[in-house]
Amino acid sequence: MDLVEVASWRSASQRSDLVLAAGERVVAGGTWLFSEPQPGTTGLVDLTTLGWDPWQRTGTGLELGATCTVEQLLAMPEDVLGGAAALARACADAFVMSFKIAHTATLGGNVALALPAGAMTSLLVALGATAVVWGPGGDVRRQPVADLVTGARATTLAADEVLRAFEVPAASLAAAYAFRRQSLAPHGRSGVVVTASRPTADAVRLVVSAATTRPVVLALPVEGWRDRLATDLAALDCWYDDAHGATDWRAAMALRLAGEAVAEVLAR
Amino acid sequence: MTDLDQRPPGGTPVAAATRVNGAELAGEPAAGQCLRTWLRQHDHLEVKKGCDAGDCGACTVLLDGRPVHSCVVPAVRAVGREVTTAAGLGTPEDLHPVQRRFVDAQGFQCGFCTAGFVTTAAALADAEGRVGEDPERLARDFKGNLCRCTGYRSIRDALAGRTNVEAAPAVGGFGCSVGAPAGPRLATGREAFTLDQPGTGVLHMALLQSPRAHARITRLDTAAAEALPGVHLVLTHRDVPDVRYSTARHESRTDDPDDTRMLDDVVRFRGQRVAAVVADDLVTASRALDLLVVEYADLPVVLDPEQARLPGAPLLHPDLDPVTSRVSDPGRNVVAQTHGEVGDVAGALAASAVRVGGTWRTGRVNQAALETHGARGWLDERGVLVVRSSTQVPFLVRDELAHVFGIRPELVRVVAARVGGGFGGKQEMLVEDLVGLAVLRLGAPVQLELTREQQFTLVPGRHPMRVSVELGADADGVLSAMRVDVLTDTGAYGNHAPGVMFHGCHESIALYRCANKRLDAEAVYTNHVPSGAFRGYGLGQVVFAIESALDELAREVGISPFDVRRRNVVVPEDHFVVNGPPDTDLVFGSYGLDECLDLVEASLERDDLPPPPPGWAVGRGMAASMIATIPPRGHHAEATVTMHPDRSVVVAVGSAEFGNGTATVHTQIAAAELDVPVSAVSLVTSDTARTGYDTGAYGSTGSVVAGRAVAHAARSLRSLLDPMEGPLVGPVSATGRHHGSPRSVAFNVHGFVVAVDPGTGEVRVLHSVQAADAGVVINPEQLRGQVEGGVAQGIGSALYEEVVVDDGPGGDGHVTSRVLRDYRLPQIGDVPATEVLLADTYDELGVRGAKSMSEAPYNPVAPALANAVRDALGVRPHELPMSRDRLWRLMQEERS
Repeated sequence: MDLVEVASWRSASQRSDLVLAAGERVVAGGTWLFSEPQPGTTGLVDLTTLGWDPWQRTGTGLELGATCTVEQLLAMPEDVLGGAAALARACADAFVMSFKIAHTATLGGNVALALPAGAMTSLLVALGATAVVWGPGGDVRRQPVADLVTGARATTLAADEVLRAFEVPAASLAAAYAFRRQSLAPHGRSGVVVTASRPTADAVRLVVSAATTRPVVLALPVEGWRDRLATDLAALDCWYDDAHGATDWRAAMALRLAGEAVAEVLAR
Repeated sequence: MTDLDQRPPGGTPVAAATRVNGAELAGEPAAGQCLRTWLRQHDHLEVKKGCDAGDCGACTVLLDGRPVHSCVVPAVRAVGREVTTAAGLGTPEDLHPVQRRFVDAQGFQCGFCTAGFVTTAAALADAEGRVGEDPERLARDFKGNLCRCTGYRSIRDALAGRTNVEAAPAVGGFGCSVGAPAGPRLATGREAFTLDQPGTGVLHMALLQSPRAHARITRLDTAAAEALPGVHLVLTHRDVPDVRYSTARHESRTDDPDDTRMLDDVVRFRGQRVAAVVADDLVTASRALDLLVVEYADLPVVLDPEQARLPGAPLLHPDLDPVTSRVSDPGRNVVAQTHGEVGDVAGALAASAVRVGGTWRTGRVNQAALETHGARGWLDERGVLVVRSSTQVPFLVRDELAHVFGIRPELVRVVAARVGGGFGGKQEMLVEDLVGLAVLRLGAPVQLELTREQQFTLVPGRHPMRVSVELGADADGVLSAMRVDVLTDTGAYGNHAPGVMFHGCHESIALYRCANKRLDAEAVYTNHVPSGAFRGYGLGQVVFAIESALDELAREVGISPFDVRRRNVVVPEDHFVVNGPPDTDLVFGSYGLDECLDLVEASLERDDLPPPPPGWAVGRGMAASMIATIPPRGHHAEATVTMHPDRSVVVAVGSAEFGNGTATVHTQIAAAELDVPVSAVSLVTSDTARTGYDTGAYGSTGSVVAGRAVAHAARSLRSLLDPMEGPLVGPVSATGRHHGSPRSVAFNVHGFVVAVDPGTGEVRVLHSVQAADAGVVINPEQLRGQVEGGVAQGIGSALYEEVVVDDGPGGDGHVTSRVLRDYRLPQIGDVPATEVLLADTYDELGVRGAKSMSEAPYNPVAPALANAVRDALGVRPHELPMSRDRLWRLMQEERS
């Protein structure tokens, strides 16, 4: 829809373009910004013209550009994403959005939007990714994506901060993942997304999203994981309540799907 | 890692030409503009607005060959690139292969979503226009293309390359799957819907909606808004005629209470219209809304319909006079009520060998027609107020506008172009009133197009109901007593409240032969968004309860659900009785219920169904419903058929086409009566200045009332033509009329086999079958489409769709599900195939033996599904939608 208050559009080409004037917001590829009225937003600064590489290998793993699109993610060579490739596909399929939007939607945009059902948030938290955040004064800070998303439509990003990239450790790419989701309609917005992996021989890493206002990471022991899982989930206070599922159902589905996912990774 | 901070500056933007369908698009878009409106601003009206939020795909275009939802693409990003729309893919004379597939499969009904489907499919199809038929792939690739009419089967056929339409015979074509005349225009985006009009010279209206659920406006300062350059008019409660009316439209305006002012100094639900601004463009109008200063004094709020009628409850309309306003009891918030009994229900229940009962609840459902409500008005050269509107009832809107403005109906003309879906929602006057007032005040063309959010927060949806049923029967399951108690939540206004309540309780109860019946029903005001007309008009809600109770009775007695119906349904010679004297103008023009029961029963015995997933429970369920073929108390249509010397035929009929298929049907009727090819027949429709009177397209009357008028007219014309010798020297016309009485009945029986996962509440349909008693089939493909579309809507209401309101502690009842993705409108992957079976009947009152079949298929779906879930889980659902969380909770409660 038309954003009636927006009077300016700047296509960013360098970092200094990201210094925002009052009322300006950055816009990425999807673009969710145009799907709802945006009171108070008077200018947009386009991130997709910065020319950031969608991905590159680094000494410690993989760096995904914040403007990497869902399509570019899925088009990465198999050997780059490794064991995470199937997980990336599953997460992309979990979107309620059409491929017609996903091919331009970006990882950074999805994380910054901080919808509980944000499938790229699910993916990046599952991969233990760290967000690289650009501040206005040229500073850079890093924060795990799991901590950056703090609630439904809430992040630690300040108004003048921009997501630059996500660093994925090499070990996460080598891991195997189990993925489960549940929603009120077969292809509707996710009500529960659960991923599980086994980063070390004696630990299981479980991530719950969509069912909770923020992504939840649980470290479970291999022995006795089931009891611990039930205890940890029962202790959560951030079950999400919206049109896509009641909280009691979401909590129960998270427990059920987590049990399946953990059993799957342990069976490997 | 690389140094992220040091990036080369990007290239300077080059001012390349933007090309749309090969032609250069002049000018620059605004900074906050989306591609959809930029294209429409340049009269690319083939790019539709369904949601404006990226969900429905009606605005899909190809950007450099790739499909995008143009409503969420910043127009700036399209500058210098190639845009292809449905109109650029092909023309009606030279269709793109994908467009040919959609025409051949008739992969549309109203056709509002078609251009977006075509552009999406064009990006995925092979050279022959086929996308394929793998259900999982289609579910994934087309989840961003929503269709409300078809139920998607015909769209799947189009994508697979199957043909459903038949070549028309040399003359006639009644009974043939003749393609809809508009098909090629719809597939190429050429068919003009309501607001597909050039943009120049029209002013735009925006609405301020109430932020309070119940309040008196104490101050409304318009000065700043009026001072904004580009603003032409601000309308408030101070500017509107002092006339109360109803947004609901019926043949008789006294069917609905006069409880609504065009703009009021009291707001009664959050979202109600408070003011309207007319400006040069929508951006200016929207800015002006922010400059309006409104102060409110809150009034107490009541949201629970049970509480609303108790003593001491806040009153919504305490000052209305019951007689002149036709509100049954304003002192109890009761808009309409009926309390009556035949026989002795208490005595019969006490003496019954078997008694079953329960209380059922239905949720809020939105019609969700893909085209939002909209109207454009202007004054013609004679000073007549012309309103082009997305209405199912142009004549009724004309009459009410004349009433409200105190002018003669001759000074108002209402025109409906092809309407982008209605489902009852467009049997309301929701935009035409303010547009008309603005035009009369300004003398300039004015347009109002509702947003998708307003479709949820402002447009009346389906009445939520609480229905309690108690049945008594003998040991063989023969009914001895029926006690039904109904409470409907009509929201802040009583539009359609009496009609929906009475109709909902009528054919649902009258379907059963039972000596002792009692019905108590009340429709009450609350501070919710108003409820209104919705496919089935109340029957779906009450049928859900009664058919669930019947299912329980069959279980108690130990007979099949089919047999319990066979033992109790009305048969010809029976009267139609609810809680008083029987109907006098409702008769059995035909009877196919027995056949429908047999057909579905046999189909449910199929042994070739897919196996359920391990651990899932399987269940079978069915339900029946009856519907009068015409609404009561008069429904009028006049048609004029003209034969021209070149043997071309023009049918002028007032009924509107909104996906119901009447354009095709009227063409077929005229061709058959006159022995001409369907290609020789053209239509002039739904224009109060160009056709005779028509009550309108509601109550499934397009075929049985308007169609009979067409048939009468064509027959009269034939009687004039047959004696003539030699070639015609000039046009010859004849007129026919029909008045909607007496009325017949039609029947539908639905059956499901489902698998339910008790652990998650997920329901999977293994088999869906509906048998319809539609009389003689006018157009098999269209009939099948109407049934499938109704079933899909029924499945949506039963499993997925829900308008969520804030009714919790401290809530003010406002709608929180404001976009389609939060409403869960069924996608292509959510709707299973349905086997459609037809009873072989001929209706004496129908048009050439045909009966209505637009609303009816919806009604038995939810109870059939609920009964199948009951069969699978061993516990009965009492609430719609049977969403996964609700069914899961039902199982938890059962276990604990």
